[in-house]
Order: sequence, then C-alpha cells, then structure tokens
Amino acid sequence: MLGTRATEDAATGDDEAQPVKARGLVKRYKDVLAVDHIDLNVGHGDVYGFLGPNGAGKTTTLRMALGLITPTEGTVELFGRDPMRHGARALEGVAGFVEAPRFYPYLTARKNLQLLAALDGNDAASRIDEVLDVVELSPRAGHKVGGYSHGMRQRLGIAAALLRRPRLLILDEPATGLDPAGMRDMRALIRRLADEQITVLLSSHQLPEVQELCDRVAIVESGRVVYEGALSDLRRQGGASYRLRTSDDTRALQLAQAQSGVEHVSRSEHGLNLQADEHHVGELSLALGGAGVAIFALTPELATLEDLFFRLTEGSGAADGAGGAEPKAVPVG
Amino acid sequence: MSSVAANPPTARQPLAHRRRPSTLAVYRWELRKLAAQVRTYLGLGLMIVLPLIFVVFESVHHGHNHAENIFATEITQSGLATPVLMLLFMSGFFLPLAAALVSGDIVANEDGNGTLKTILTRSVDRGQVFAAKTLAAMTYAASVVFVSAAVATIAGVISWGFHSVTTFSGTVVSAPEALLLVFAANAVYLIPLFALVGIGVLLSTATRNSAAAVVGTIGLVILLFIVAQIPGLEGIRPYLLTEQFQNWQGLLRTPTDWSPIVHSAWVCALYGVPALVAAYLTLLRRDVAGG
Repeated sequence: MLGTRATEDAATGDDEAQPVKARGLVKRYKDVLAVDHIDLNVGHGDVYGFLGPNGAGKTTTLRMALGLITPTEGTVELFGRDPMRHGARALEGVAGFVEAPRFYPYLTARKNLQLLAALDGNDAASRIDEVLDVVELSPRAGHKVGGYSHGMRQRLGIAAALLRRPRLLILDEPATGLDPAGMRDMRALIRRLADEQITVLLSSHQLPEVQELCDRVAIVESGRVVYEGALSDLRRQGGASYRLRTSDDTRALQLAQAQSGVEHVSRSEHGLNLQADEHHVGELSLALGGAGVAIFALTPELATLEDLFFRLTEGSGAADGAGGAEPKAVPVG
Repeated sequence: MSSVAANPPTARQPLAHRRRPSTLAVYRWELRKLAAQVRTYLGLGLMIVLPLIFVVFESVHHGHNHAENIFATEITQSGLATPVLMLLFMSGFFLPLAAALVSGDIVANEDGNGTLKTILTRSVDRGQVFAAKTLAAMTYAASVVFVSAAVATIAGVISWGFHSVTTFSGTVVSAPEALLLVFAANAVYLIPLFALVGIGVLLSTATRNSAAAVVGTIGLVILLFIVAQIPGLEGIRPYLLTEQFQNWQGLLRTPTDWSPIVHSAWVCALYGVPALVAAYLTLLRRDVAGG
C-alpha cells in the first residue's frame, strides 16, 4: 500500500460518459425514506440545479454521489464510475463539498490546502497560490481557519475544490450564510467556472440563485424528483399564464371557462387571469372575436421559478419536463 | 472574489494518467496534523514531566527503602535503573493513557468535525486513510514510550551516573549493554501498547465520539486490571491484555527469557488484529455524514 502509484483510470473511467447519472437512488434510515428512487441526468457543461426545500433529500443524494454514504438501492455514476465500486478513482475530475466545507481549524488556510493537495496528488500543490487568489484569500492564507468567518470558509471550500482541476463541481448550498456581496461574488465565480466548461451540480434552496445560474434543474420534494429537465421548459410549460383585458370581461370570463385547455381562470380588477398554452390561447382569442368581445390586451406572464417550485413542492400541480425537446412525465408526490 | 474569478484554474486533465497519492503521503499529513494539535503535547508532556518528578523525588529521598524491586534498590547506584523503574511504573496506566488519548480521537475527531468527509472526497481511498491514521496513532504511542525512556535515562544518568546495573536474575550487565536493554525493553513494551492502539482506533471509528473512545479505551485497561484481581479468575490472567504490559521484563534476565515476550506477542495479536480488522471494515462500510 505504501508507495506512489498511477491509477488505472483508463480502464474504468470514461471522459465521454455522463458526469452524473443516478438511477433509482434510494436511501432509507430505518423508517425514514430520505431519498426515494431518484434519477438524475447531468450532462457535460450543464449548470444543473438541484432544488428542493430543506429536508427534501438533496444533501443525502449528494453524499451518495460522492461515495460518502451507501445507497440502500440504486446506483450513481460519475463519468461512468460508481464511487461504491471504484472508491476514490470515481472522484477523479470531481470536486466540491457537501453541506458546509470543513477544514482543520488548527491549521492555516494554506496548510489546509497543502494537506488536501497532498491527498489529491498530481500537481495540485503547485496551484495553491493560484486558487487562493481566485477566492481572494491570499492575504489571509497564513491565518488559522478556526478564526475564519463562514463566508471565508465557503470561499476556501471553493479553493479546495479548484485544486483538483474539476470537470464536475458539486456544490451544496454554496451561498448559504453569505452576505449579499458574498452571494453575488459566489454566483459570479460559479458562472465563470461554468463558462470554462466545468459541469456544475448545484444544490440549493435559493430560487433566485438557481434561476440565475442553472440551465437544467431537478426539483425534489420528500425524497422524490417532481421535475427534471430544462429550466426553460419548466417555465414555459408550467408557468404559461396570461392576463386578459377585454371590452366585456364578464362575457370573456364565461367564454374562457367554457374553452377547453384554458385553466385557472379568475377575475381581478385589472381583467382576467388564466393559464393555457399558446394553442389554446389562440383558440380563446378567436372565440372572443367571434363573440364580439374586443381584446384590449392579452399579456403572457411567464411564471417565476418560485411560482413553479411552490406549485410542484406543495402538490397543487405537476409540471413535467425532461432533458430534451420532448417532455417526460415525472410523477409528483 | 469576483475581480479575480475571471481566471479560475480549470485547465482540464483527462481522467486517465492521473497519479494518486501514496499512503505514505497520507501518513505524513496525519503526523503533521498530530503535531499541530495541543492535545498531542498533553501526553508527551506527561511523559516528560513524570520521569523528571520521579528523579527529583528520588534525589531528595535517596535513603528511601525500595526492597520490592531489584532496580529500585540500585536506583542511586546507576542512572540506567531509572528508565527501567519508570517503565515499570508507567507501563500499566500512564503510557496506555497517552496512547488512548490519540488512538481514541484520531478518527472520531475528524468525524465529528466533518473533516473526514473532506478528506474522503479527495483522491485517497478509505483504506489509505485508515492505514495512515492507524500508523500515526502507533507512531505517537511509540513516541511517548521512547520520549519517556529518553527523559528518564538522561535524568537518571545526570543524577546517578552511567554505571552497570544488576538485572532481575542477579547478573551484572555493563552500562552500554544496560542501555541497549532499556531500549529493547521499551520496544517490546510496544507490542501490547499497539494492541491497545488498535482497540482505541476501533472505538474511535465505531463510536464517532472522541471522549467515549478515549474513556472506553482506558476504561478497558482499568476493567482488565480489576478482572485480574478477582479471585477464581486466575486462569484467564495470562490472557488479559494488561498482563502483557510487563512482558518486557523477560529481556532483563540472563539468559533472556523469551517466553513472556512470545506469549504476549500472540495474546496481543488476539486483541489487536481483530480490533483493527473490525475498525477497518467499520470505516469502509459506514456512512460518513458527520459534521
């Protein structure tokens, strides 16, 4: 066991394999089902939001992905390698942290990074100054981490991840506890890393963060995926609501309620609100015209991620989508 | 952060041809972590202070009767009797206590602080981490034993000179030979101490609680001492781990009595090896979610 060695990654790793592929992932703690048959598909270059309320199973899923805990059922592969079978080799090209990044409080930031670089091998140690610069911790690198603020530890966590030159970055609530400026900087860094073609799996319950950064999302609730797919698909399908103002709102209300494919019709002081896809909105506008009701304004209002999130996680509806042009039905509940 | 985030160090390497760190590298860092913690020096400090107190006390009370042990009777005749007496005095509790302080803490502390998950998400396997931690705990145990012996020897020689000593069998050995025997006796004492380290590492891994593991390890030593005193249980005494703490005395006879050393070697293996295997399997299979 002692002695430097080269791994045989070529035999087990696959540069082209999906960065994260989870199938039927289950984690049960006695009577508690923390993760319930989760499937994840994170593709190359994705900034993938893993979204859900606290306790939904996000962190447990990430722990399984990193091989920290053993799935009760199912598998997860990182670039085609299962951490349960391949151990540390499955984490080649993968970096990040689960929950808050943890360091040795009695060591300086630089010593902590030196230690982690030693555990990474390769030329990680030569990048310590570089990553400290990236997270702007160089002036405090000689200070013990025990005296660091939460935000500084989060930044050091990013620095520690970058030491590995990751191709997949797994970040669990990276902006939690940061002040507004820290959150802005963290998002800017993540965006920059994504621009460098690093695949990012970002767990968060901060909807603006996900909306700003992610192109694909999985929304989990009570351990189950209630939506997985492109964020744009989710917003287009789940949130196609319109505001309608006509010459006769009473008559328009009757027509809209009678129109198939038009749902959640309600009246407000500003007109009518309704939900429908483009096809059915077109049919409604023709019906209104045929009935002699003039349309003053028909304004589409894309739902915010927050609207969709609450709709999905509070069980009032399901917006189904999938990775690709064809939406895939994902059970809600 | 944003101002410099423009240049993240992300030049990618292919997955193949990466070199992973050796267990030796992980072990070195375990030693550095130990060296950076105050707790480490508590045990070492105790091992330095106790021999010094002993020597000062004996210097002041040099007329005291020590008829129960041959080395005690010659304490003021040769400084080389001091490390033997100190080993006799400290082998039952203080040295095991120092070993337990580190072995009981070495996994549980990291588990509790969440740093175990930090190192397990790097390029090292759990087996490497376990091996490095076990070796580090053993290294520490050996360090406290030899630091204690060195301090006792130096203090004894300064106080009473570098002279020949009489062994348990009544044979006089020269000072250089006695020095060699002191070293060998301490080395042999490491056999049961390493077994205890194995138990400490097991408790550290299984309990995930430093205090529980340290107290459990030293509590086991106390329990075995009590068991050894229970009438009717004399038959199991030779197989108690605590009885092996005196195995080194076979070296201080002429000719050398190897039987207690050989006996303790396999008895200690019966304690230490299963403990380490169980600790390894526990760490290998267990969920790391702490911190």
